[in-house]
Amino acid sequence: MVCVLVLAAAAGAVAVFLVLRLWIVLHSQDVTPRRSLSLLVVAGSGGHTTEILRLLGSLSSAYSPRHYVIADTDEMSANKINSFELDRADGDPSNMSTTYYIHRIPRSREVRQSWLSTVLTTLHATWLSFPLILRVKPDLVLCNGPGTCVPICVSALLLGILGIKKVIIVYVESICRVETLSLSGKILFHLSDYFIVQWPTLKEKYPKSVYLGRIV
Amino acid sequence: MHRYFVTGLASRDAWVHARKEAPATLPQIIKSLGYNRLILQIGRGMVVPEPFSTESFTLDVYRYKDSLKEDLQKADLVISHAGAGSCLETLEKGKPIVVVINEKLMNNHQLELAKQLHKEGHLFYCTCRTKRHRHHKTV
Repeated sequence: MVCVLVLAAAAGAVAVFLVLRLWIVLHSQDVTPRRSLSLLVVAGSGGHTTEILRLLGSLSSAYSPRHYVIADTDEMSANKINSFELDRADGDPSNMSTTYYIHRIPRSREVRQSWLSTVLTTLHATWLSFPLILRVKPDLVLCNGPGTCVPICVSALLLGILGIKKVIIVYVESICRVETLSLSGKILFHLSDYFIVQWPTLKEKYPKSVYLGRIV
Repeated sequence: MHRYFVTGLASRDAWVHARKEAPATLPQIIKSLGYNRLILQIGRGMVVPEPFSTESFTLDVYRYKDSLKEDLQKADLVISHAGAGSCLETLEKGKPIVVVINEKLMNNHQLELAKQLHKEGHLFYCTCRTKRHRHHKTV
């Protein structure tokens, strides 16, 4: 009986500690100026990849090296990324920022998958993506809404919670979202450092978001 | 020479079937509107129309290309699913576009973007069910 109480108290203390750590991580603004930022880009399937690559086309070569994370069943994204990086390398005379990597993790959710099984596959994906995040230790995670991004961002947060590294999380809601946020958006609105929307209606609904017009 | 480019069909067989006619009549409809070439990018679609070429009309069919830029450049009209990438890429080339919304995606998100872009005067949109009706009216 006493053992159970002690265990429960210990579990409670750990939970409180983790929540406090999460709060600290979410409220710490790391503004160390640096020459370059290693970027981890979450490329969901189809339209998400197209959009995020359009976004990356506007980023300077300071965002390097670039680590792309795609779902293991997604071959089209790998092709699009390779084409994008090839075009980018052609336009970069110094050839200094052409390093990129493609990593694969299990998909969080198939299109039209049921919600209950989505929770399970998302937990599974988080378990498998944490080692990747731990290994890469990116400076910044950039994502735009596919289910794949939730486990990645949670893993990035964990790095901060465990005191290993504070990873900046930037979420850009898809241009498709004019009036309402996606599910990933609703979750990551509270967990990201910068939450960017692309339509004024969303800025009105979520005043804490960043609105810069269309950026893709 | 008017070219008519249909893209983003992927699993859009619902569109073709909903018309209750064999896909073979699609080129005829396009031709009757004054176009003389139809290019179909069918993605993973199960319905594969047979390409052909006559004096007055050509039908090209393919699943994927590395880049649709060339076909987009030459098209006079584009019909596409309402994906953001397709819409933006086509509009950036200044091509008129009619989008067909895939209503089965999460929160019907293609509808939100299509409605907004239509409101701003950039395109026409319809669903799989209204496709044919709209097509005749707007084109």
